[in-house]
Amino acid sequence: MKRKNLFIKLITLVVASLLLVSSLAGCGDNKDGTAVSFRTLDEIKESGKIVIGVFSDKAPFGYVDENGKYQGYDVYFAERIAKDLGVEVEYVSTDPASRVEYAATGKVDIILANFTVTEERAQQVDFALPYMKVKLGVVSPDNALITDVEQLSGKELIVVKGTTAETYFEKNYPNVKLQKYDEYADAYNALLDGRGDAFSTDNTEVLAWAIQNPGFTVGIDALGNADTIAPAVQKGNTTLLDWLNNEIETLGKENFFHADYAATLASVYGDAADPDNLVVEGGKVE
Amino acid sequence: MQDSGISVLFMGKNFLRLLEGLWVTLRISLIAVLLSIPLGILFGMFMTMKNPVSRAVSRVYLEFIRIMPQLVLLFIAYFGVTRAFGWNLSADVSAVIVFTLWGTAEMGDLVRGALISIPKHQYDSAAALGMNKIQTFGYVVVPQTMRRLIPLTINLTTRMIKTTSLVVLIGMTEVLKVGKQIIDANRFDYPTAALWVYGVIFLLYFLACWPISMLAKKLEKRWR
Repeated sequence: MKRKNLFIKLITLVVASLLLVSSLAGCGDNKDGTAVSFRTLDEIKESGKIVIGVFSDKAPFGYVDENGKYQGYDVYFAERIAKDLGVEVEYVSTDPASRVEYAATGKVDIILANFTVTEERAQQVDFALPYMKVKLGVVSPDNALITDVEQLSGKELIVVKGTTAETYFEKNYPNVKLQKYDEYADAYNALLDGRGDAFSTDNTEVLAWAIQNPGFTVGIDALGNADTIAPAVQKGNTTLLDWLNNEIETLGKENFFHADYAATLASVYGDAADPDNLVVEGGKVE
Repeated sequence: MQDSGISVLFMGKNFLRLLEGLWVTLRISLIAVLLSIPLGILFGMFMTMKNPVSRAVSRVYLEFIRIMPQLVLLFIAYFGVTRAFGWNLSADVSAVIVFTLWGTAEMGDLVRGALISIPKHQYDSAAALGMNKIQTFGYVVVPQTMRRLIPLTINLTTRMIKTTSLVVLIGMTEVLKVGKQIIDANRFDYPTAALWVYGVIFLLYFLACWPISMLAKKLEKRWR
């Protein structure tokens, strides 16, 4: 009986390790595997349809309206891409966690989902020129409005752990006292209760929040280094990437992204925001 | 504005979209359940075989599926297979495959449990009455096993229906995702919509799972 048990254990071990190895191998040789699955520019044109991955629940960048139609800043751009290519567009609803995979496996031709350019991501996908940028914003109550970073020294600034705001203030303004929270909801509540003097995070986020909460204004709407947001395609899909870069440069000449801003973001951010702090024309930052 | 969150449900095609989302949920889970039950019964019988190789194989399969989160399995089936072999499975097919694999493993273990719960003296008595193996199975074992399996199977079925909400991550817009889309599209104008939308989704899930529970109750009564 004992020997039999040992035998079963051995077999289990062997099969399990085989499975593990094969799954690891699967991840390992993706270089050869993925090279085949993207569609070139000509193939997209021929098929008459481009597949674009967008957010479907991140208003105002990508969302679905009450008639089931995709809308938003990213979608406005996607519609134009399809129009200029002369093809129909098919949207695929993506989530933050699956965006890289979609582009890396070629399941979509382009990812246009508020995709921030980072080095890790650039190893998996190819980014085109940016069409938007995000900086830090600082929101504070109207009666003690903070319009300059220097005003913050010695005051309590609310941040959310793990955000760029946290690292930026720790590094550049050590004399600002930071109050750290785990979640956005807690941080906003702290600001509403007056536990801190101001709150800082991505400017897109605080701008939209300030509109919803009268009595609070974004005094500083562009602070720190800009993170850029760009379309992404599968690695190696140069024909599509080149076409996209050209398209973004050409659209810059007609100020397309300002029109996009006016159509989709202006109503959300209101007069408080300066479109030049968010929009990138022709792929050129600053 | 405060109490008008409910109006979001009747704007445009919103309600219809929720129903379409529910159909996606039900389609995937019901296909998977219908495949899992017969496959699971076979797998459960396979698991009770005394052969060490079949035991090892079924053990590895069961543990693999049980330990892996369904989300990881979905990613492997949808993205991993494309990366590794270049096969482009659609989201529908990947979801059905993953949920069937999962359902078969779980159902198999339930069947195994039900089978070994039949005491040995029942087999002995059947043999003493002169029944052969097939008769023992058909007249003695199966009827008792079935009765024990119903509540467990219903449990698994409703769990599968609810777990399909994971398929959003491979791009399928099922009922919960449609709900999030509706809430998000209206978050500036109707901040209270979330409560109503989630309430309706709760009701839709209930309406989907309740008839299954009722059916189970009926069967249990009939087979008592």
